[in-house]
Amino acid sequence: MFDVIFLQFLNGLDKGAAYALIALGLTLVFGTLGVVNFAHGALFMLGAFCAVVVRKVLTMETITVDPNQLSPWGTPLEVRTPLVQAWLGDFGAVLVNYSVPFSILLTIPVMLVVGIALERGIIKHFYRRPHAEQILVTFGLAIVAQEIIKSIFGPNSIPQPMPTDLRGTADIGAWLGMQAGVITYPIWRLVYFLFAAVVIGAVFAFLQFTTFGMVVRAGMADRETVGLLGINIDRRFTIMFGLAAVVAGMAGVMYTPILPPNYHIGMDFLVLSFVVVVVGGMGSLPGAVAAGFLLGILQSFASMTQVKALVPGIDQIIIYLVAVVILLVRPRGLFGRRGVMEA
Amino acid sequence: MTILKRGFSRRRVLQTGMAGILATGITPMIFSRGAWAQEFCNNPTGDTVTFGLNLPLTGAYAEEGADEQKAYELAVQHLNGEGDGGLLTLLQPSALKGNGILGKKVAFVTSDSQTKADVARAGATRMIERDGAIMVTGGSSSAEAIAVQGLCQEMGVIFMAGLTHSNDTTGKDKRRYGFRHFFNAYQSGVGLAPLLGQEYGTDRRAYHLTADYTWGWTQEESIKNATEALGWETVQTVRTPLGTTDYSQYLTPILNSGADVLILNHYGLDMVNSLPQAVQFGLRDRQANGKDFQVVTPLISELMAKGAGEAVKGVFGTSNWHWNLQDPGTIAFTKSFGAAYGSPPSQAAHTAYVQALLYADAVERAGTFYPPEVIKALEGFEFDGMGNGPTLYRAEDHQCIKNVLVVRGNESPTSEFDVLNIVQETPREAVAYDPAIFGGDLGPAEPAPICA
Repeated sequence: MFDVIFLQFLNGLDKGAAYALIALGLTLVFGTLGVVNFAHGALFMLGAFCAVVVRKVLTMETITVDPNQLSPWGTPLEVRTPLVQAWLGDFGAVLVNYSVPFSILLTIPVMLVVGIALERGIIKHFYRRPHAEQILVTFGLAIVAQEIIKSIFGPNSIPQPMPTDLRGTADIGAWLGMQAGVITYPIWRLVYFLFAAVVIGAVFAFLQFTTFGMVVRAGMADRETVGLLGINIDRRFTIMFGLAAVVAGMAGVMYTPILPPNYHIGMDFLVLSFVVVVVGGMGSLPGAVAAGFLLGILQSFASMTQVKALVPGIDQIIIYLVAVVILLVRPRGLFGRRGVMEA
Repeated sequence: MTILKRGFSRRRVLQTGMAGILATGITPMIFSRGAWAQEFCNNPTGDTVTFGLNLPLTGAYAEEGADEQKAYELAVQHLNGEGDGGLLTLLQPSALKGNGILGKKVAFVTSDSQTKADVARAGATRMIERDGAIMVTGGSSSAEAIAVQGLCQEMGVIFMAGLTHSNDTTGKDKRRYGFRHFFNAYQSGVGLAPLLGQEYGTDRRAYHLTADYTWGWTQEESIKNATEALGWETVQTVRTPLGTTDYSQYLTPILNSGADVLILNHYGLDMVNSLPQAVQFGLRDRQANGKDFQVVTPLISELMAKGAGEAVKGVFGTSNWHWNLQDPGTIAFTKSFGAAYGSPPSQAAHTAYVQALLYADAVERAGTFYPPEVIKALEGFEFDGMGNGPTLYRAEDHQCIKNVLVVRGNESPTSEFDVLNIVQETPREAVAYDPAIFGGDLGPAEPAPICA
């Protein structure tokens, strides 16, 4: 039984890592700009499609028609030669193999630009508008982004292979001194968890230990006073929006080998992440991370056969059930500031 | 001569009556074959006839839907005498002439069913009521097929189902107006089980993950019955919602469940996600009960195999058809489709294309679009040349009875399309069954005049 529980715990950490990464950006935007950004899931999706683009570029081929060979349907065979391997040899093959982690190099500047453009172009006009209007406009933006991606890449999922060295499973049971093969877990999912931990740690460190972060935290606490000190807090908040977009984008990139991306992938995560933010406390960074992992783990345990035998369908509703309970007994969320969502 | 009470002679009464009959226009109903011409839904009066293509262009089965659309477009071209003719000349027997249907040019309208039964039904309604579709076809989900054929029965419009594999489609939910060329879950079980016994032995313990809707339920039941008849034990059956993306929470309990076979009753995007994730979790590298752990996918297509990538290598399943068969029908269709779209057709594309041709042929043989006559022409129709060998459109349940292919993921593919190998062709006699076992009632053939 221990092995089953431990495996579900690992699953929970893995799910929670994804929830926490998206929720972190969502709550960062709410905490700094006061905007409920329903386009945040679309940023996750755009990041995932950065990986798709990079792979498409790296696997570009030259096509020559060989009239001496026929395809199965009788037309002259198209012989395809991979360009990158032809130009760069073994290094090209390594690039193709590691296309997903390599995509992060493209994702960071792209998502930073997308985030800043989004904030300056549209979202800043809605700062003083009611939350309902913010939700409507950002949800609209998400739908526009989805449709653009759908028209370019089609409606179907596009598999992104993980690097060959990181396929297969890690024998965690053996590491813990148990019998070999009892607790095994996919290596890439462990990589994703570690990646999430590093990104979350980096965001916290950035806010905690840099002057820029200190100013942002001060702005989150009292925007007007920081402004009166002659600091351009708006510009810093715009950069934070860009940073949130980068975090969501990187989360999307690294998730592509687990879940082949399609235009709708962001929406699937957005709803869950929004619940995570509400449970953690709107605007609370530790709350988003803690709630992400908590809900991920709860969802995993709820899907255990023994649990479902007691409460059928509990795995589908557990997250929302927790959200309902939290909203009833502690409306500001687990780590929320007093007064937020309590009015 | 008898004088009737009001002063009319019997002859006068007969003469007047006959004149009345002639005057009210009933004569054509007695003497002409198209007597019912104005009395059915969307009777085509112009020089075109419209097919309603109800396709899942988004959602879990979107890839199948997109391939079906290509096939229908090809079929319409061929029916209108355009392109290379495809299978038009290979259908035996055939009344098709390549000049449309009954001289009318074939057109089509499409609707995205989103892989959702309610959307599929709404789309079909729109195509029948607004676009005047004479026949509705398509779909890649049994839930859609069952919903749409129920609607078509109500509206008196023939439904030529696309990819639908649930036993219920031509079982408990069968309809007089619904016809299925695709095989079903029962036939998959019967076709696949003997080979599983041969390859993996008769002492196995199976764990099922099943898509939670009509197809998944009947697929699970059929393969469970077939494998238990071999001597296998079913450890557990777990239902997963259609459209699930992350299967980790369903896969981890399998690891130490005591099972040594995972049977994935998934299709489309569900399988494209679940099969690679099962491999990522190391299931195929495991040993359980002293045996190599195996994964089985009772229904598999080349589109899914391509989507699942390397995970599909060596995995057994069944297919309705495969482009690598070597009969003239398959060769001709693969050539036609490949030349048009640059890839071989999937089984979804094949069944869609064949259904369009079979409907057109039935109308030509009936000499009318009047659905009850077309239904008669399809019921019990025995044909060949479409790539599945001799095939019977069984009158009792509108299920095509034909050979079933057992396929296996190719261990060493030579191209991106070379993903499945045919390992066995189970003859149709072996997969035929008594239609009564799944119950259901076809219902009446006479159309209800509600769509005018």
